[in-house]
Amino acid sequence: MKEDRLREEYRRWESTTLKKALERARERQEVFETTSGIELKRLYMPYDLGEFDYLEELGFPGEYPFTRGVQATMYRGRLWTMRQYSGFATAEETNKRYHYLLKQGQTGLSVAFDLPTQIGYDSDNPLSAGEVGKVGVAIDSLADMEILFDGIPLDKVSTSMTINATAAIILAMYIAVAEKQGVPSEVLRGTIQNDILKEYVARGTYIYPPGPSMRIITDIFAYCKERLPLWNTISISGYHIREAGSTAVQEVAFTLANGIAYVEAAIGAGLDVDSFARRLSFFFGAHNNFLEEIAKFRAARRMWARIMRERFGAKKPASWMLRFHTQTAGCTLTAQQPRNNIIRVTLQALAAVLGGTQSLHTNSWDEALALPTEEAVTIALRTQQIIAYESGVAEVVDPLGGSYCVEALTTEIERRAEEYIRRIDEMGGAPKAIEAGFIQREIADAAYQYQKEIEEKRRIIVGLNEFTVEESPFTEILRISPEVERYQKEKLERVKKERNTARVKETLKRLREAAEGTENLMPHILEAVKAYATLGEIADTLREVFGEHTQLTTII
Amino acid sequence: MERKIRVLIAKPGLDGHDRGAKVIARALRDAGFEVIYTGIRQTPEQIANAALQEGVDVVGLSCLSGAHNQLFPRVVELLREKGAGDVLVIGGGIIPYDDIPRLKEAGIEEVFQPGTPIEEIVNYIRKRMEERRKEG
Repeated sequence: MKEDRLREEYRRWESTTLKKALERARERQEVFETTSGIELKRLYMPYDLGEFDYLEELGFPGEYPFTRGVQATMYRGRLWTMRQYSGFATAEETNKRYHYLLKQGQTGLSVAFDLPTQIGYDSDNPLSAGEVGKVGVAIDSLADMEILFDGIPLDKVSTSMTINATAAIILAMYIAVAEKQGVPSEVLRGTIQNDILKEYVARGTYIYPPGPSMRIITDIFAYCKERLPLWNTISISGYHIREAGSTAVQEVAFTLANGIAYVEAAIGAGLDVDSFARRLSFFFGAHNNFLEEIAKFRAARRMWARIMRERFGAKKPASWMLRFHTQTAGCTLTAQQPRNNIIRVTLQALAAVLGGTQSLHTNSWDEALALPTEEAVTIALRTQQIIAYESGVAEVVDPLGGSYCVEALTTEIERRAEEYIRRIDEMGGAPKAIEAGFIQREIADAAYQYQKEIEEKRRIIVGLNEFTVEESPFTEILRISPEVERYQKEKLERVKKERNTARVKETLKRLREAAEGTENLMPHILEAVKAYATLGEIADTLREVFGEHTQLTTII
Repeated sequence: MERKIRVLIAKPGLDGHDRGAKVIARALRDAGFEVIYTGIRQTPEQIANAALQEGVDVVGLSCLSGAHNQLFPRVVELLREKGAGDVLVIGGGIIPYDDIPRLKEAGIEEVFQPGTPIEEIVNYIRKRMEERRKEG
């Protein structure tokens, strides 16, 4: 037997060459582990893959279970979309940044909105004080959205929008802007994040309680199926779960568990699984542990394919495909010796590419300190371009497929994530597990563990707890002027003065009635948006019907 | 037995990034403090009220969204208005270096930047509480 022979040879190596080496010098650590606590072997052998059936576990790119990638030719055909998440201050300033990024060779847009926009408050709401234009662009009404995409042909560019609780409103504004450009909604390409479950556990921009929030989401699915067939209606996001401190295994498990919940909700709302599944997309982080990250992406793809085919009985191959965006992990950036972040981002981006991402955002080196400057963003974009055009890794499909180590890690991540999903199923699914605080606790535990490892120097972060230097504080950062808030409020006032108030009232009244009933909300939101009802007014109308979700104070 | 130091960890504003706040809260608890966490998206009013209700010695504010210049001083202001001006207010998050002097002037006694070892924060709180006890 070939395998017996291999094991025999391995034992020989262990008792001779290896033994001698270990006698001369011990290894650096007793145990080596990934961030998910998977113990890494010294050396991976073919038999470490166990009962590995190539066709079953890997198959071919573009075919079930898509472990090797969702397209047959992957980056030999088309490179991943280089999509830098960007937005700050006003629509005017952000529009300029978009034109700059497109000119620099970026191939898709990704909109960052400020927190008031994400939580459904206008810029003049007292709760918005200090937050306007800070973490993204401020959008109060269709008027701002028209400025944001001025001179950008929406039939040519694909746009990803990080928007969740107010996704329906922002999508409606996008449709309305396109209409003004003469672009029908049927050709619009892009993504709304629209993933409320992870907002409750990790990101925090929720408005309504889970029930009505899930209804808005399924309304969007149903509307887009008819009117925006090319639009990705949701980006089920592990990124924020990871940023909140989860391990790689938890990131996969909790993200796919949320995905399962959305599919169940849509089926529950009467949609056929194959009618919406192909428009589901995903979003993951790319953290530091290079091999584990590559394995994570591959494991997620295989798991989702099996979930969609076996659990939900989806029949179309497109329904089985896990297509995903990646962002390099912001939480790994250090404020100390910040230029080292360029190297971190490069490795993380490379892992995402080797893991088969469809689009990628690379963080800028100064983002542990503030929003990035134009110069820093350019380096981040160039990092992707260097990987794409110079490194050669884009020339082969899934080049690490078949690596004993990567395949073993892929299988192990899958096994552990499946175990989590089983536990979540037993609790009644992701919404129930979130309600019980299970997912939040698991993430918080992992985050604390990670921090303790850094504090105790069991985990070395270069420039932070080792190889440190005295450095003067870094002050050349992008700053958002408080003027932005004033300017935004003025613009809002002008819009309110110039619009037809009766029409606004009428559209909001109709939206309210739809919310109280079971009608799809999207057409009503679109009408309100076109009447220049503000984002806050629309969100408030729904608040009055749906109520608000709140977090409680806790004793630690 | 000496009363434990009571700390309120709070997230003012709309920012939902509370990984740091939660890690700090737990680390302070492990260091022997009594810790209450407000949860995210609290107004300065809610934070000041919670500090009063819970009778805390320390309020730790965390903000990563850039709204600290408006929100942190407001918390101090409200605490003073409510007669709790002796509460030690400290802050952390993504706070540009240049903003720190202004925040200190407004009564935020220390601002901890990304990468600060937790031990440093624990020691700081202990030292300040000790000083106050002596003064008090």
